[in-house]
Amino acid sequence: MSEKYDEIPMAGNIIKPGNATEYKTGGWRSKRPVHIPEKCLWVKNGTCGLCWIFCPDDAIRLEEKDGEYVHIYDYDYCKGCGICAEQCPVDAIKMEDE
Amino acid sequence: MSKVTSAKRVPAEQITIEGLTGDAAIAHALKQCDLDVLAAYPITPQTIIVEDFQKFVANGEVDTRVIPVESEHSAMSACIGASAVGGRVGTATASAGLALMWEILYCAASMRMPIVLNVANRALSAPINIHNDWSDSYGARDSGFIQIYTQSCQEAYDTTIMAFKLAEDHDVLLPAMVCIDGFILSHNVERVEMLPTEAVHDFLGTREPVLPLNPDDPITMGPLALTDYYFEFKEQQDEAMKNVPKAFKKVEEEFEKMTGRSYGMYEEYKTEDAEIIILTHSTTGGTAKAVADTLREKGEKVGVLRLRMFRPFPTEEIREILAGAKAVAVFEKCRSFGAASNPLALEVRTALYDLDERPMVADFVVGLGGRDVPPTTIVDGIRKTEEYLEKGEAPLYETLGVRK
Repeated sequence: MSEKYDEIPMAGNIIKPGNATEYKTGGWRSKRPVHIPEKCLWVKNGTCGLCWIFCPDDAIRLEEKDGEYVHIYDYDYCKGCGICAEQCPVDAIKMEDE
Repeated sequence: MSKVTSAKRVPAEQITIEGLTGDAAIAHALKQCDLDVLAAYPITPQTIIVEDFQKFVANGEVDTRVIPVESEHSAMSACIGASAVGGRVGTATASAGLALMWEILYCAASMRMPIVLNVANRALSAPINIHNDWSDSYGARDSGFIQIYTQSCQEAYDTTIMAFKLAEDHDVLLPAMVCIDGFILSHNVERVEMLPTEAVHDFLGTREPVLPLNPDDPITMGPLALTDYYFEFKEQQDEAMKNVPKAFKKVEEEFEKMTGRSYGMYEEYKTEDAEIIILTHSTTGGTAKAVADTLREKGEKVGVLRLRMFRPFPTEEIREILAGAKAVAVFEKCRSFGAASNPLALEVRTALYDLDERPMVADFVVGLGGRDVPPTTIVDGIRKTEEYLEKGEAPLYETLGVRK
């Protein structure tokens, strides 16, 4: 965001393919999802994953590390829409003000 | 581009001389410019350009892909696509056609596509009118196109060729509009000296696109740019426009080596000691010069500044020329409804405003919808200007040649 007008490609052309990952959208967020692992079905037994399915920004990662199930938010891309909290069947996600 | 080719004077025996209309002269120029694509919709009085060009293609005289489109909106869109992959592209239009291109004109300029657009200036509706005034291209003056207005068929031919070299210059990369007066020039036969095609090819060379679309190295053109970057891209565009005069001079110098002809951003005619300078362009410039000749014979100090380039506007240069005069009589074929005055006079007044001693500016709207602008109309304007000089003030604008 800090480049001057003569330091950017001509005419708004995007000269590197697939660079949308560099476009962080997390700055839009006014509410942040907070995870409560004790309630989470993914953490408990590796089932459910509705938050992962419904996240429109691919900002939730469900991973398996050293035999343990973990739940991670990517706050660079989470816009705070709250869909994950809405979809969670066990209220393991709550939205808090930024 | 902008690299200096070794332009040499074309020997006289290689020059073809023909009687051509302005449209035909432009069609010949486009043929010799070796276009990759021409996408255009025929509209009066531009029609002959596209007709003649299609004939050249049908006869195998030129290897250009012509895209016959259903409207001018599509014509300019197709031109942008072709230009984006690195082609040399031309099109032509007039009046309502230019108005229909409006949205895409901005895309062509903002995407920095060096397309050459020939405009046969014609009035805008309503009532529908096919004859000449400048309302169409004046309406597009802020679109980011370079605008050059020509006075003769020869000038139209020469300028069309030069326009490609100017537009494709890497310091510029902006589309260019080359304008002729509808019917007055577009359908009027004049003597035109044509260069051999090889000479035009040598002069222009092949277009060297900076960032073309290429499936092997994909890029995105014309994407979204919001509050965070849009302003910066406009700054780039403005910078490119500022580079035009320098690039134009270089192109003309080279063209002059080849042909002995050059025109400049404007033509000064007997302005040196002139008390009243007529400022106008296109064919009205020719009439104005004839008027100046006649009045000079009577000892009246009248000169003409015939503008060629309206965008970018040669502010500094014009300021210097006009500063010495008592008054500037602007003659223009366009009315900007509700404005303080009209497009050409607005520019001139702005250019002069910062001078300590300004010449008086009198603005005359003439020739709307093809109304004839005979020498007597110009003389009327000069007489009025003299009156205003005596009174010490001029109206912001007035119309001449209308029944009132």
